[in-house]
Amino acid sequence: MQAATTLESRATRGTQLALTILAVILSVGAYVLVVLGKTGKAPPDIVAFVAAMSAAFLIAHFVVVRLAPGADPVLLPTAAVLSGLGYAMIYRLDPGRAGDQFGWLMLGLGLFVLTLFVIRDHRVLDGYTYTIGLAGVAFLLLPVAPGIGRTINGARLWVGVGPLVFEPAEISKVLLVIFLASFLNAKKELLAMATRRIGPLHFPELRYMGPLLVAWAISLAVLFLEKDLGSSLLFFGIFTAMLWTATGRASYLVLGVVLFAIGAFIGYSAFAHVQERVTIYLHALDPQHLHADGYQVAQAQFAMATGGMVGTGLGQGHPDLIPSVWTDFIFAAFGEELGLFGVTALLLLYVALIGRGFRAALAREDGFSKLLGAGLTTAVALQTFIIVGGVTRLIPLTGITLPFVSYGGSSLVANFVLLALLIRVSAPPPAHAPTRARGRPRATERAESQPTVQTPRGEPA
Amino acid sequence: MMDRQIRRLALAFLALFAVLFAQANYLQVFASSRYANNPANQRLLLQEYAVDRGDILARDGQTVLARSRPTKGKFEYLRVYPNGPLYADVTGYYSIVFGRYGAEASENDYLAGRAPELLPQNLVDEILGRPKRGATVVTTINAGLQQVARRALGSLPGGVVALDPRTGEVLAMVANPSYDPNPLASHDPAVVRQARRALLRAPGKPLLSRASQELFPPGSTFKLVTASAALENGMRPSTTFPNPPALQLPNSTAMLHNFGGEHCLGGAAQLTLAQALTVSCNVVFGEIGLRLGAAKLVEQAQKFGFDKAIPFELPFEEGSIPPVGEFAGALSFVATSAIGQQDVQANPMQMALVGAAIANGGVEMEPHVVKEIRDADGRVVKEIKPSVFGQPISARTSAELTAMMVSVVNAGTGTAAQIPGVQVAGKTGTAETPSGKPHAWFVSFAPARNPRIVVAVVVLNGGDLGSDATGGAVAAPIAKAVIQAALRG
Repeated sequence: MQAATTLESRATRGTQLALTILAVILSVGAYVLVVLGKTGKAPPDIVAFVAAMSAAFLIAHFVVVRLAPGADPVLLPTAAVLSGLGYAMIYRLDPGRAGDQFGWLMLGLGLFVLTLFVIRDHRVLDGYTYTIGLAGVAFLLLPVAPGIGRTINGARLWVGVGPLVFEPAEISKVLLVIFLASFLNAKKELLAMATRRIGPLHFPELRYMGPLLVAWAISLAVLFLEKDLGSSLLFFGIFTAMLWTATGRASYLVLGVVLFAIGAFIGYSAFAHVQERVTIYLHALDPQHLHADGYQVAQAQFAMATGGMVGTGLGQGHPDLIPSVWTDFIFAAFGEELGLFGVTALLLLYVALIGRGFRAALAREDGFSKLLGAGLTTAVALQTFIIVGGVTRLIPLTGITLPFVSYGGSSLVANFVLLALLIRVSAPPPAHAPTRARGRPRATERAESQPTVQTPRGEPA
Repeated sequence: MMDRQIRRLALAFLALFAVLFAQANYLQVFASSRYANNPANQRLLLQEYAVDRGDILARDGQTVLARSRPTKGKFEYLRVYPNGPLYADVTGYYSIVFGRYGAEASENDYLAGRAPELLPQNLVDEILGRPKRGATVVTTINAGLQQVARRALGSLPGGVVALDPRTGEVLAMVANPSYDPNPLASHDPAVVRQARRALLRAPGKPLLSRASQELFPPGSTFKLVTASAALENGMRPSTTFPNPPALQLPNSTAMLHNFGGEHCLGGAAQLTLAQALTVSCNVVFGEIGLRLGAAKLVEQAQKFGFDKAIPFELPFEEGSIPPVGEFAGALSFVATSAIGQQDVQANPMQMALVGAAIANGGVEMEPHVVKEIRDADGRVVKEIKPSVFGQPISARTSAELTAMMVSVVNAGTGTAAQIPGVQVAGKTGTAETPSGKPHAWFVSFAPARNPRIVVAVVVLNGGDLGSDATGGAVAAPIAKAVIQAALRG
């Protein structure tokens, strides 16, 4: 196993290096094009930029190679290109904010490295199930706390500590995925037991459906208290997907859809801001909404339509007519200036990232790793789908960011931590399972029967 | 094993992303035009205003009718009309809120630098990083003549059109009231809206050109059409007609009278066609109309372009005459139509074309106001060549009519148009209106032998002379001033 790992590692190492260098080149290229378009000259800080980007990503590359040998070589470079393109576009839209974004990018990469350093085997996280879970929920609901909670753009999603304002939902997303991976992996047989049948669907005992209902309740709570559709939808979606992945029971999917529908209905009936989102989705281009609440969505549609197939060219369009275009709507800016070609390239990058993420989940043998990989990937995939869908008016708009590309420190940093964990999952774990944190045998150990993983005690499965 | 679920999850997301891709395709390819051209989408407008829009010049290539000036602000260029109201009928306007009109509209592809002929220049500009520059439109308008026409018309309501019968080039086009396109081109939508509101409320509809868009009864100038029909259908200038003091209209108790109730030519028993035109005898022409019949009259009018689509770059309402069917139950209308009353309508542009056909050996050229297009560096990229609209009358008819029109000026109702040393041909018109103040018309060309210019004038409701007005008294002097200036210069 070791020899194979080494050979494999060298090949993947080479690929990752090549791809990372390519990613840096593309990012620098995009930045130069943007500055050229704006000022007609090459950026004055080009050397510093190249140095910083190369250093940051190459360090990240080496850390992956050293600390996570055999990891998937595509994950880091893809995220690098996405964040590089995002930076270039943000610079085009608002150079002041680009400075912030660059800082956060460096911070994100720092935390990326730190995560890989601190967590040598992701399975150690399996031992802190409930701690992590509680932390996740706490972070999710933190903005509700009086005093530090902030409402920005109608959503109480933010927490301000002194000058620092961040979005704890982004962190809680990662924590909750870890929690769910651990919890669902432990309980999966229980949850998968079918005692009732309704048509082709098997349902477990009502009490075992508790977790689904709790998750549903929490997402509704997020909707209620924080007035945010996006996080609520994302969380519930991730949970349902992971529950289904763990148990294989289609009934959970169906139940999830039903609960979602009920939740959506409740949300629509009870909340003006949900109704508003739906109205805007349906009627953004109607005269009475076009210049009022539907303005942002309408402008995004115009922007993309004006871009057409090849786009207006970087710096030639008018994405600035879209309010807050650097965050949620940055996709529309790409649509306008880089056209369908540019937007397809972005989508393909995400597809690559997501594909490799699922591949990593498949490559691992133990349930926790699989669920963790699948869950983290689902988080990125679903978030991307929700925001791109909202921006293109496929579905109602919700306020979440485009991973790696949108302006926003919390999102960027959290996504790089997520990436680190995903890379960790994609790398073949060390031969020995990590020591347990508690006395009780962990469910993962019980469930596993892999020859490569040595259980400390010969417990029956 | 979870693998099955994971694979399906991956496929599900692939499908979801395929849907996203489809949506992007919808927005950016299939429905792209529809969304991009939504009036609320400023982008195309902003893109358009980022172009250094081409100038519109008079035929001398120097006098500027419209140009673009760079400005600060989101709309990068401002459209300026240095002689605003003077050329408004020709230039039209270029407005953020109300779009384009007139030459600004018809030549937009060139002015905006979008026409295919401008591709090479656009490419060079792109490479050199210069802003896109539109092409220059050189009009056929003679700046000096336009000013003469404007001064001659003065503040009288009506319109003047001068064109070259050999080519169809419009040399001058003036209407009263007109408007100043400058406020309409403002970058401030409030200013634009206010200006337009004022124009829409102003009396006389300044935005509709009386020279080419509004329609009025042509009165006796239409006798040129009736006479054409007569000559084309077997009658001769020497054909005689009875000359009663008034004409008994068929199927009616009404009588057709001459101007002022007079008896043509002092009461002569018979008049020739030529004499009748010279003194503009309603009674005889009514008779001619009845003899011709509706079909031939309508047909001849249509040959001149009435009720047809005459190609012209600017908004143009062709003359109109009721269709043959309408005369079926109303024979008397044929008589009244023959003298340019009843439901016959025309404007100076239409009547100028009638005159032009007569002046040009019977060949009516298509009117055009654009002479050539030059790219931003001055190279001619398109030349508009004269084009024939049709041949409403034979060369012989045109010669005969010319002779008659010469006698109108020399000895008939148009003596006010006489110019020493130049033989002017013309026809007056004094169209009755419900208000009692007639429209004064004059259609003319000169020199009669080899005409170089056709001028058609209408002054509404008699101008200064009110109900005492006649075509000869009010309109002919204006035409004379224009012809003199044209032949001099």
